[in-house]
Amino acid sequence: MPEEAGKLPSQVLRFARTLRAAGLPIGPGRVLDALGAAAEVGLARREDFYWALHAVLVSRAEHHALFDEAFRLFFREEALPAGLELLLPRSQLPPPERREVTRRLAEALGAAGPPQGEAARRVEMDAALAWSGRELLRTRDFEQMSAEEIREAEAAIARLRLPVEEVPTRRLRADPRGDRVDLRATLRASLRAGPDAIPLRWRRAATRPPAVVALCDVSGSMARYARMLLRFLHALASSRERVHVFTFGTRLTNVTRLLRRRDADQALAAVGRAVRDWEGGTRIGECLREFNLRWSRRLLSQGAVALLLTDGLDRGEGVDLSAETERLRLSCRRLVWLNPLLRYQSFEPLAAGIRAMLPHVDEFRPVHDLDSLARLAEAMGPVPAGTRRPAPRRVRGASGA
Amino acid sequence: MPSPRPLPGSVDAVQELLAAEDYVSDRSLATALFLSLRLGRPLFLEGEAGVGKTEVAKVLARALARRLIRLQCYEGLDLASAAYEWNYPRQMLEIRIAEAAHDVDRPRIEQDLFSERFLVRRPLLQALEADPAGPPVLLIDEIDRTDEPFEAFLLEVLSDFQVTIPEIGPFRAAAPPLVVITSNRTREVHDALKRRCFYAWIDYPDAARELAILRVKVPAAAERLAREVVGFVQKLRSRDLFKIPGVAETIDWTQALIALDRTSLDPGAVDGTLGVLLKYQDDIARVRGAEAEAILAAARGAGG
Repeated sequence: MPEEAGKLPSQVLRFARTLRAAGLPIGPGRVLDALGAAAEVGLARREDFYWALHAVLVSRAEHHALFDEAFRLFFREEALPAGLELLLPRSQLPPPERREVTRRLAEALGAAGPPQGEAARRVEMDAALAWSGRELLRTRDFEQMSAEEIREAEAAIARLRLPVEEVPTRRLRADPRGDRVDLRATLRASLRAGPDAIPLRWRRAATRPPAVVALCDVSGSMARYARMLLRFLHALASSRERVHVFTFGTRLTNVTRLLRRRDADQALAAVGRAVRDWEGGTRIGECLREFNLRWSRRLLSQGAVALLLTDGLDRGEGVDLSAETERLRLSCRRLVWLNPLLRYQSFEPLAAGIRAMLPHVDEFRPVHDLDSLARLAEAMGPVPAGTRRPAPRRVRGASGA
Repeated sequence: MPSPRPLPGSVDAVQELLAAEDYVSDRSLATALFLSLRLGRPLFLEGEAGVGKTEVAKVLARALARRLIRLQCYEGLDLASAAYEWNYPRQMLEIRIAEAAHDVDRPRIEQDLFSERFLVRRPLLQALEADPAGPPVLLIDEIDRTDEPFEAFLLEVLSDFQVTIPEIGPFRAAAPPLVVITSNRTREVHDALKRRCFYAWIDYPDAARELAILRVKVPAAAERLAREVVGFVQKLRSRDLFKIPGVAETIDWTQALIALDRTSLDPGAVDGTLGVLLKYQDDIARVRGAEAEAILAAARGAGG
């Protein structure tokens, strides 16, 4: 009946708003698309209606679960206005994947959609479950850095170059000392120059810094260095494209998004809240394994450099640490291990973890204070010739001006 | 003049269309494809390698009797190889000829040089040309291999279906092409690009659909072999592997087993042909032997 069907747009609208509140990137354009798609597919089959909204409102695989959950809550048979439930027959939807409502969705529903008392209760259970087992889980507060410390840190970080050279891309850019003729520019120049000569124009392969993936150990033995290293990684992540940062102790946490906040203190505080295994034990092997299985193909594919920041003191057993390190090494352009223990002159790789990992890294460097980071920069970060320096051409009189 | 084949009018029609060309689709893909054809938006397909993303575009082109234009992406893909390039040698020649003829009307020469006569059309520009068989299918394959600047350029092409050439002006499509974009998700593609598309995630198929695919793609396989292969692969996908085998690997493996005259699976055959299914040495070493036998036994038990 037309009146009941007329309620559909407002339902779709509220549904889209709920998803947006739950964090899906849905702008007004997509909402309009969703209305169009819903009208196109119609309500004859609940399944088609589901996938039509899915095609418009979901744009990443990881949003699927949230969408699924929200759709089920929103377009439940009993939640629909009278009449609509008849229009949406109870036909085959894909089976529900997760029983519990995610917290974000519950919050979004509380803000924008129909209230779900039941959902709120389930959320509490969910949060309680996450605090599991024997792991030493601690949410840590970062104390503010002293002003002097900040100045010192920032000066050092400003001097830093990563120990990774820029890599040539397949793109070309104009360069008077390049090694390839730029035909397009040459042709234009020859049109201007007249009949007697063709002035050649040159270009060469452009370079750009490679993607960097940093895996930072935040376990108990690394506690003293973790904050400084994260500050360093914050400077890195906010100054360059394509930097991904993970922390690990007993579990792997992706903190890239948190580190992109502009203010260092805010960013580090956010990381402190998100990372649950501060100063706990270390299971390097398992964390590397998880990284290899879940992330490496997505993050290391375009010739990324992997930075491993850990002391290599591993309490995990069961997982073959050597094999996982080798897998990591095979997946990236270069594996650099930054180890604070290296500052001791008499350091010898005795711990089992260190011996397992050492054969597979391309480079092994100390990193125990800002000074060593700076030295690392001097030793390793020569700017490749020809990419940064200005051309040696001089305008006369410029020096006097 | 032949008129283009009509586009399917419902989700069911899309599924039938694909099935007629031996592509077994699930409802989510068919719905997204239907919407993209109906509303004239690109279709963005994401999924692991070997689940049949590229095949969608090929099948679509065959089923609708349209031209398939494929742009294979790679790092550093630029305008010159994706959209258009000027034919420099011919342009140079043209200048020399004009000079030899003592033609001094430079503005006219210049205008002449940058006319369509000297334009080399690459896939994106080709896809905008009118075609009597109907707008072509434009496959932009593995977009995750390119870099961000190229994605930004694609925005213009995919939202307005036009390419702007500075010397000539915008080239607008007579009728928008049917665009299919695939990504293996080796990196995230920017949301601005995805926003212009309908999105579908192609997952590994469930056992029933994989069996249906196998029957269509490898009709020579004995029923028992097909069942056991699917059972084995389905179990294998739940293991912690570095690279999980896709449908393409299932098909290859079945063909390999047929070539070895197998009508059912046995541990020896599995061990000998594991390299067709798994592409990483760690994975092969992990599965080969006892593990493969256990998976095989479990698959047989589940398959009944």
